[in-house]
Amino acid sequence: MRYIDYMQLNPFQRFGYNFVQFFKKLPGNVARFFKLVGLAIVNFFVGIGKGFANYGTRFVKGGVGVKISYVIFGVGNIVKGQIVKGLLFFMTEVAYICYMVFFGINYISKFGTLGDKLMTTEIDADGFPVTVEGDNSMLILLYSVLTIVITIIVFAIYIANTKSAYKVEQLKKNGKAVPTFMQELKQFADEKFHVSLMSLPCILIGCFTILPLIFMILIAFTNYDSSHQVPKHLFTWVGLQNFADLVNVTEGAKKGITFLGLTEWTIIWAIFATFTNYILGMVVALMINKKGIKLKSLWRTLFVVVIAVPQFVSLLLMSQILATNGALNILLSNITGQQIEFDFLGASPLIAKITVIIVNMWIGIPYTILITSGILMNIPADLYESATIDGAGPVRSFMSITLPYMLFVTTPYLITSFIGNINNFNVIFLLTGGGPSNVDYYNAGHTDILVTWLFNLTMSKNDYSLAAAIGILVFIVCASLSLITFNLTKSAKDEEAFS
Amino acid sequence: MIKSYKIRRHVANAFIYIVLAVLGIIWVSPLAYMLLHSFRADGFSTYPYLIPKEFGFDNYIALFTNTEMLDFPRWYLNTFVVAIFSCIISTLSVLMVSYAFSRLRFKSRKKFINIGMILGMFPGFMTMVAIYYLLKAMGLDGQLVALVICYSAGAGLGFQISKGFFDTIPRALDEAATIDGATKNQIFWKIILPMSKPIVVYTVLTSFIGPWTDFILAKIIMGDNLENYTVAIGLQKMITLEFKTEYFKQFLAGSVLVAVPVTILFLFMQRYYVEGVTAGGVKG
Repeated sequence: MRYIDYMQLNPFQRFGYNFVQFFKKLPGNVARFFKLVGLAIVNFFVGIGKGFANYGTRFVKGGVGVKISYVIFGVGNIVKGQIVKGLLFFMTEVAYICYMVFFGINYISKFGTLGDKLMTTEIDADGFPVTVEGDNSMLILLYSVLTIVITIIVFAIYIANTKSAYKVEQLKKNGKAVPTFMQELKQFADEKFHVSLMSLPCILIGCFTILPLIFMILIAFTNYDSSHQVPKHLFTWVGLQNFADLVNVTEGAKKGITFLGLTEWTIIWAIFATFTNYILGMVVALMINKKGIKLKSLWRTLFVVVIAVPQFVSLLLMSQILATNGALNILLSNITGQQIEFDFLGASPLIAKITVIIVNMWIGIPYTILITSGILMNIPADLYESATIDGAGPVRSFMSITLPYMLFVTTPYLITSFIGNINNFNVIFLLTGGGPSNVDYYNAGHTDILVTWLFNLTMSKNDYSLAAAIGILVFIVCASLSLITFNLTKSAKDEEAFS
Repeated sequence: MIKSYKIRRHVANAFIYIVLAVLGIIWVSPLAYMLLHSFRADGFSTYPYLIPKEFGFDNYIALFTNTEMLDFPRWYLNTFVVAIFSCIISTLSVLMVSYAFSRLRFKSRKKFINIGMILGMFPGFMTMVAIYYLLKAMGLDGQLVALVICYSAGAGLGFQISKGFFDTIPRALDEAATIDGATKNQIFWKIILPMSKPIVVYTVLTSFIGPWTDFILAKIIMGDNLENYTVAIGLQKMITLEFKTEYFKQFLAGSVLVAVPVTILFLFMQRYYVEGVTAGGVKG
């Protein structure tokens, strides 16, 4: 469609056109996304290749100092007068070698088997039993990962060292002044200010986000479970065994059956939790914002207060209100005049599930009100007016105008909250704790979702490897949803718009 | 014709008022229940009335004096200390990262932003279990330091909102300062930060509230180490089967004491919250 044709459409048709286009473009966008990922990978390897080429060129072109720097860090800098910098490079090498000799090598050499010496009890010369320390598989794995990461960092420093040696030699050759150490330090407050700003956060993120992630991914390929607890026992690599256990749904395979059942409930839960909150929240927001309704801020505050109270407080409170002797049963008893002690969270799986979804509405609807109010106000009023003239009632207007418009605008938010609900640990754990229990499941109850199952497996059953495998599967689903969202919103942002 | 239209509108509005009032009551009543019963003054643990007959401060006093088994004041202090420290570290890392991404131009900046955004999208619990092993290997499990590390280490990944703010400050300011001889370090501390009060306040508040509301991470790290509990897991401990009969009313009082400050802080920063969440999604 040409631009001129588009301009001639009425708002309805324009909206319909955009709406259809959005879904038409979706497969193309997804394809483009994978193409971009592929390109990024190719570029990455091309970059590495170029890096090696430069690495070689520098060695060939450089003088003696540079050549020695390829083996002993910092020599190139020292011979050209950058003593402190050169010494820092040199000390890095010494520290790394010491680390490897006295610590790293012990662990990294056992990385392939994760240890083979069991802890044993021997009788010493005086006839007393003593425990002889064996290998600790968990520490071997952990420190091996750490050693690999440190090696990568030192390798980067090594490359920087060769570059720096070459650069300073070129400066000398061209008769330019070699910057002193203080001058180079000062750069970190100016030209290289980004390095000073970014390094601390990057180290923290590396240690406590990336390192644990690698470690957990590796755990999923071992048999670290309740019968292989360190330090008494060893665990080792088992390949894809944990994943095979999870997808095995034959008779008697409890883990697979649990995984299937919980996945099903997790998806049902995420869909219901997301859409009940979304649609009902929007209806309430529309009511509050309707023309002629007074005390708008009072109504809004009534709902928003629920968000402000910490979620764990309101959930623990709800679990008490819904208990057999809780406030809701007292209320029902007062109304009916009979003693009622109904167990909303444990009477039957179905009732527990419905209760959880309803309580989640109490928690979640205020969020939707808060977030959608502003966007709802932006829907062109003439859309509603023409709909009313054409005889549409409020329900019809909502279904045909509000909902499609909002779906179109807030898709990223919806996907984000869908992911949030897949991982909605708090609501399930604090309300039902997974109950009522299910004997067909492996350490899980009827209302457990995958995340709470993962939590139980780790914290109370020590089935670390299985938990890690579940984590990876959940992570893959969430990550791909996130990436789609990211791709959708990317075009909407223009960061240079104001500068 | 016009008259009937008016009547219809009045009926519709009246209907909406009724619905809103009912919903409002449903939404607020659990919280009202919490507030009322935290002031309940009688000996019973189960109570057959919705509105208490006697009021008093007994539960609050018990909360701070009956500390032999469950030490609420200590938990409150723990949480406060953890919140202060993680607030300082998180605020600094968020502001530093977002400033670098927003106003400095350097090689592979885009790459860092993309990696940061993708890492930030991963659900937090994914790494929690592994962080637990890591802290255990370091001998830090059950320590308050571990909590501070966990709450603030990943903070740099939440740079989007403040980056959006820094993006809106005119670039001409930096240029003028550079011409006057300021280094980038000075521009950051002396020009941009003082101008960015709203976003600094927002970052401080969110990172301060975090430890008060987090449950799962504290639970994983603290385990059974009652001494170092934060209020979240402490309050949950109060209503486990073992303690519930004795501590239920104190649980309510404790919840009020946690909810009130957090609520006030939240209402204070509410408008930033909406802007932050919707900023990415408006254009679709």
